[in-house]
Amino acid sequence: MGKKVAGSGPCSRIPDNSAFKQQRLPAWSPSLTAETVLPFFYIIGLVCVLLGVALFLTVQKIQEIQVDYTTSGTCDACFEMRSNKMSASVKCRCSVDFSLKENFQEDVFLYYGLVNFHQNLRRYMDSRDDGQLVGRTTNLKNPSTYCEPFAYNNGTPIAPCGAIANSMFNDSFTLKYLPPTGGVVIVPFYRTGIAWYTDKNVKFRNPQIENELLPQVFQGTAQPFYWQKPVYELDPSDPNNNGFINEDFIVWMREAAFPSFKKLYGILNRQSKAIFEHGLPAGNYSVTISYNFPAQYFQGKKLVVLSTVSWFGGKNIFLPIAYIVTGGVILVVAVVLTVVYIKIGKKGLNMEE
Amino acid sequence: QNFPAKGENQGKRILKKDREDNHIKTSKYNIFTFLPINLFEQFQRVANAYFLFLLILQLIPQVSSLSWFTTIVPLALVLTITAVKDATDDYFRHKSDQQVNSRQSQVLLSGRLQSEQWMNVRVGDIIKLENNQFVAADLLLLSSSEPYGLSYVETAELDGETNLKVRQALTVTSELGADIHKLAEFDGEVVCEPPNNKLDRFTGTLLWKDGKFPLDNGKLLLRGCVLRNTEWCFGMVIFAGLETKLMQNCGRTTFKRTSIDRLMNTLVLWIFGFLMCMGIILAIGNSVWEKSVGGNFRKLYLPWDEVLSDAFFSGFLTFWSYIIILNTVVPISLYVSVEVIRLGHSYFINWDRRMYQAQRDTPAEARTTTLNEELGQVEYIFSDKTGTLTQNIMVFSKCSINGKIYGEVYDEFGHKLEITEKTPCVDFSFNPLRDRRFRFHDHSLLEAMKLDETAVREFFRLLALCHTVMPEEKMEGELVYQAQSPDEGALVTAARNFGFVFRARTPETITVYELGKAVTYQLLAILDFNNVRKRMSVIVRNPQGRARLYCKGADTILFDRLEPASEELLCTTSEHLNEFAGEGLRTLALAYRDLDEDFFQGWMQRLREACSLVEKREDLLASLYEEMEREMTLLGATAIEDKLEQGVAETIACLTLASIKIWVLTGDKMETAINIAYSCNMLRDDMNEVFVISGHSVLEVQQQLKSAKEQILGSNREPSVSDCADTEKSDAKLDSVFEEAISVEYALVINGHSLAHALEADLEGLLLDTACLCRTVICCRVTPLQKAQVVELVKRRRRAVTLAIGDGANDVSMIKTAHIGVGISGQEGMQAVLASDYSFAQFRHLQRLLLVHGRWSYFRMCNFLCYFFYKNFAFTLVHFWFGFFCGFSAQTVYDQWFITLFNIVYTSLPVLAMGLFDQDVNEKNSIRFPKLYEPGQLNLLFNKRQFFLCSLQGAYTSFTLFFIPYGALYHGVRDDGANVTDQQSFAVTIATSLVIVASVQIGLDTNYWTAINHFYIWGSLAVYFSILFAMHSNGIFGIFPSQFPFIGTARSSLSQPVVWLVILLTTVVCVAPVLVVRFLRADLYPTQTDKVRRWQLASRRQHPHEQGLRRVRRTSSRRSAYAFAHQEGYGELITSGRNMRFTGPAPESGLGSTSDPGPHTWKMHSSSSWIENLLKKRGLTTGSSPKCRPDNSTERWHTEGIPGDQHTD
Repeated sequence: MGKKVAGSGPCSRIPDNSAFKQQRLPAWSPSLTAETVLPFFYIIGLVCVLLGVALFLTVQKIQEIQVDYTTSGTCDACFEMRSNKMSASVKCRCSVDFSLKENFQEDVFLYYGLVNFHQNLRRYMDSRDDGQLVGRTTNLKNPSTYCEPFAYNNGTPIAPCGAIANSMFNDSFTLKYLPPTGGVVIVPFYRTGIAWYTDKNVKFRNPQIENELLPQVFQGTAQPFYWQKPVYELDPSDPNNNGFINEDFIVWMREAAFPSFKKLYGILNRQSKAIFEHGLPAGNYSVTISYNFPAQYFQGKKLVVLSTVSWFGGKNIFLPIAYIVTGGVILVVAVVLTVVYIKIGKKGLNMEE
Repeated sequence: QNFPAKGENQGKRILKKDREDNHIKTSKYNIFTFLPINLFEQFQRVANAYFLFLLILQLIPQVSSLSWFTTIVPLALVLTITAVKDATDDYFRHKSDQQVNSRQSQVLLSGRLQSEQWMNVRVGDIIKLENNQFVAADLLLLSSSEPYGLSYVETAELDGETNLKVRQALTVTSELGADIHKLAEFDGEVVCEPPNNKLDRFTGTLLWKDGKFPLDNGKLLLRGCVLRNTEWCFGMVIFAGLETKLMQNCGRTTFKRTSIDRLMNTLVLWIFGFLMCMGIILAIGNSVWEKSVGGNFRKLYLPWDEVLSDAFFSGFLTFWSYIIILNTVVPISLYVSVEVIRLGHSYFINWDRRMYQAQRDTPAEARTTTLNEELGQVEYIFSDKTGTLTQNIMVFSKCSINGKIYGEVYDEFGHKLEITEKTPCVDFSFNPLRDRRFRFHDHSLLEAMKLDETAVREFFRLLALCHTVMPEEKMEGELVYQAQSPDEGALVTAARNFGFVFRARTPETITVYELGKAVTYQLLAILDFNNVRKRMSVIVRNPQGRARLYCKGADTILFDRLEPASEELLCTTSEHLNEFAGEGLRTLALAYRDLDEDFFQGWMQRLREACSLVEKREDLLASLYEEMEREMTLLGATAIEDKLEQGVAETIACLTLASIKIWVLTGDKMETAINIAYSCNMLRDDMNEVFVISGHSVLEVQQQLKSAKEQILGSNREPSVSDCADTEKSDAKLDSVFEEAISVEYALVINGHSLAHALEADLEGLLLDTACLCRTVICCRVTPLQKAQVVELVKRRRRAVTLAIGDGANDVSMIKTAHIGVGISGQEGMQAVLASDYSFAQFRHLQRLLLVHGRWSYFRMCNFLCYFFYKNFAFTLVHFWFGFFCGFSAQTVYDQWFITLFNIVYTSLPVLAMGLFDQDVNEKNSIRFPKLYEPGQLNLLFNKRQFFLCSLQGAYTSFTLFFIPYGALYHGVRDDGANVTDQQSFAVTIATSLVIVASVQIGLDTNYWTAINHFYIWGSLAVYFSILFAMHSNGIFGIFPSQFPFIGTARSSLSQPVVWLVILLTTVVCVAPVLVVRFLRADLYPTQTDKVRRWQLASRRQHPHEQGLRRVRRTSSRRSAYAFAHQEGYGELITSGRNMRFTGPAPESGLGSTSDPGPHTWKMHSSSSWIENLLKKRGLTTGSSPKCRPDNSTERWHTEGIPGDQHTD
């Protein structure tokens, strides 16, 4: 209610004369004028088209072949066998033949692909315990509740727990080259070096207990329900590729964003045999599959993919096409805008005063 | 202690110990209650309650699709910011309470006076007040230093009136005087009405000494008043603290909300609906998917409990999960951000130096922080006149004496010069008693005076004698005049400076220093002013013994009462009066009459007889006055300038160009109002017609309104109709910046009593239609209630944003009613300011408030809202698209931390900076091109259509954001062959694209890139990447492996060229269409803003050339007749001598010669009735039979020149 008491000075309540308070801050006020917008459109359009073309040419050089082995080749029988839960532990091998029409230059990557496998379901993705996977001994014996119902097997903690680990892809492949000269050459693949560096070295760690070997560390834990062997025996050939740091496991644990995906299985070892020094030669191939992973439950497909890569990744025609289309549309629009500006728009420039 | 005095409320005796104390409390919380009460209040808001509900949902594991922190972090932030704001507000309330409560007052305790804090004063206490002190509580006046227990108070804080009011103690109590012992023994008992908020009414009884004395308002000193001209007074506290009338009047003002607020609430409801729809679609999708695809997959890899695996139930759970995920379309931070922006805008208003007025040291003040953007949408301004458009300062500017005009300045070639600040003033230094503030520019008048021209001297003698001014001379030579009306003050001051110094008066004499020589006139009679007579006269006897009548009054009245010999002079003077009126000056004619002694004595005898009458006294007096005031000799005329506030005409012109309609609502007379309207350029000579509605009955008013409407529509059917019709508003033309408004112009002037009829339900439509067809509307003689009714009418029927501006207590109702109330913190006290939303010192600041601050606020707020909704749609809808690929499982696309931080960290500051600092057009051009204001009035920048468009843009962006990465990464691999399609890489890619697209978009929306904008936009991007890398780092993963599972994703993904290619493409595809649309719109359909921007840009490149607003010239050739800005009743006051004080230094010679009361002095009334009478006339008391009240009851309240003085009932 009180009147404001005037202060001491003659102009005691005068606001500060600062640029900020007077809203006179120096500023840049850009505006969408023809001189800025039109050149911008031409440049962006041109850049997009050029990028698109460059990408397109690059993509053209990439070779890729996908082989669906769900039921093809001799895999029918295995497919049937996996449909029956009773025979889940019975081993089944089959093979599929295919041929490469061109040489696959340089590094060749072997992928397995799954179609219609929803690794991106919310509860599926949550069903893991990163604490356990990073090697925390407490989490090893007390898996997170997120892992339910794959946390305990009759009271024994499961390691690795959770739905993702439980459903790990467990087919294995042997690629054979059938040279025209006859005979069979097994194509050698690196089975390590296929995971991200951070995954392999930071995110996944085996539990460390002094003076104990891996099997002893994992003592008191159960293997996941669907697994045929415990986690510390995943790679019989390489003892350092076992436990949580097994690279197939790591690759599997990096969930795919979409129901159809491919994951890296191996990289061609070009050093070990002379014919593979420059990649895979064209010709006939046969892939032998140890067929364990059931696909019929989710009406899925299983693929083997061989591919080379470029600086910008694998064979994907979407990006180059998208760039070319976008660039093209922008260029067309730019021309239309220019016409519109010259014919009509300039009138608007004049200020009637 | 002995406190015999008791306040009693409605018969309920208040015991001594729980007597009400004077403590006031306006604060809401204390330290302990703050948290619970504030939280309770905050959760009453729908938005906060909604987010609390979400939080609870998130705690259900089967539903929870997001971690609890995604909601609680923003919610906590929002609650904290609001709580801090509330706490600060309350702190200041505490402080001001404290300050008021601890003021000191002198209380009579245990038989002596003690200093006490206000808060400790209790009902029944007796308080001593001294001059210029605030009254601490509602007091019953017991005694005072002045004779007859009188005391004077200024009630500016209560009702805004600056003139002094008189209060008189009961005779019985005034005898107590300053005797402390007697006062201490005072044991009267007061029975009175319960506390209420009626400032002008009080009924009660004092029981004392076996007597019953009725009490009324005239015996009460109310809290908030200031004691003036009274050395001391004693009073007993009747109401204290919150029971005082002042506090009872501080009712909670209704909370005003802006139209954007209401729109926002509707939109939020729409979004809720939209959210539900999306939830339902996705839930159905989930049910279907579960049934057809997912069931088999899940049976093997992801078994639920039996109950949960039912497809329908799964859909139900999914619905809630999606409600959680998609909740970000309803932006939690929206309300807080809007508040922050409004607060910022309010500060900019407070800080604006161009709305600071140096003379009164008053900066503009935004008293409400919630209405700023509405300032950009005002369509109607309702303005008070006095104190708002005019300064209520009267300046003696010209006069015509004996047929010669004085007051004009000519140059050497005989051309009339315009008088400015720089024009040299007449030097009055010869006169030691001059008023130094008085300015006059014409030297010839002083020369004429010195040349002993009789007419000139008589002219000023009249001005020095014929008035009701009271002199006050605190120190020798320092004269202060207490004038009842500023007009009179101006005239007496003019006479003073020209050497006729009115120096002292007693009831019987007037002492004037005529050119340094004291002359004492006997005051024989005052023929007082009233509104019918429109003149006043005095009859004085000069020292030579001649009796003479001096009269001043309205020219029309006076010219009928002149002696025939003045005919020639009358014509000249009349011409001069026309000239004065044409310049908008208020004129008075002056005349005198030498009286024949016999005639005078006879008349005097009859006058005395008449005054003793009770019946028909007024009529008889009137005829006696009539008899006296005739055959007068004309002396000349005065012209007083009712000074307009600085820049009023220019401001009105500018606001009119901005299509804002200005209505003047004034309590003044029609003539005054019209005259001011002419000088403000609201009415002009070139207007087609000015309709005056002054009917006295409903039918008359209806007839007048109808004919006016028909006349307008008849002559001008097409163009002007659309001006007012709301339906055609949208296609209003915005073609030319300087488009002249409708060429055919009309004005409507309506009188108070006609308005009362016109505001009735069946006529208000007609009134509004007619009024809206006119360019100018003036309502005169309206009551405060009518002011509010008019505002309410326009507000209700036009659905337009209204602004009311005024400075007095009579404007409070309209200020509270209008969407925006503006108070002029002027001379009339604080009441209007306290009720207002914005206050500043001068009317001209309105231009800047609306055209600069209001327009910017609206523009910024609209841009802000558009962007905000866009951003949230773009951000959230990605989840919707992803739903189709993840089996509708409510899996989020982004990292949970990104969801938590996106709105509050990554994108909040740039949009806040835009909302605070953006300027489409700079301030100079905002004022230069008032047309720029129109989009706000037409609600163009943010409406449902705009909302739809920006949501659509958001949806498009989300579509692009999702499907381009999807297409590119679907089967993509990295350059090292590892797969890149994993969910985490995908999340980082989309999140990064989103942040970049959102930043580019805000960049496009920002028109004014200050350093702060740069800092925030680039800073936000930098912060995004730093937080991204920090959260994806080894260190934080090592500590919380489960909370930060994205370890290494940023490194791996952002090092991939393909990810950057995707981001680039997404950005281009998102932004290019926006650019195209904006460019085309600016190019093909440029708005005013675009044009001005371009012009601004072009003129900056070239040399800037200044061009001020067209100077507004006053053109008027009207003849007006003014009566006094004056009220009746003061003549009695003077002749009865009640307001005389004999304590001041009286001129020696003056009193000496008049020590003899003389046979001709007379008193009109018995001593106690005159003041009662005066109060009655001024409407301060009601009831009780008046002895001398004006018969024309409709005229009773309509006095002129003192606004706020009227309509108190």
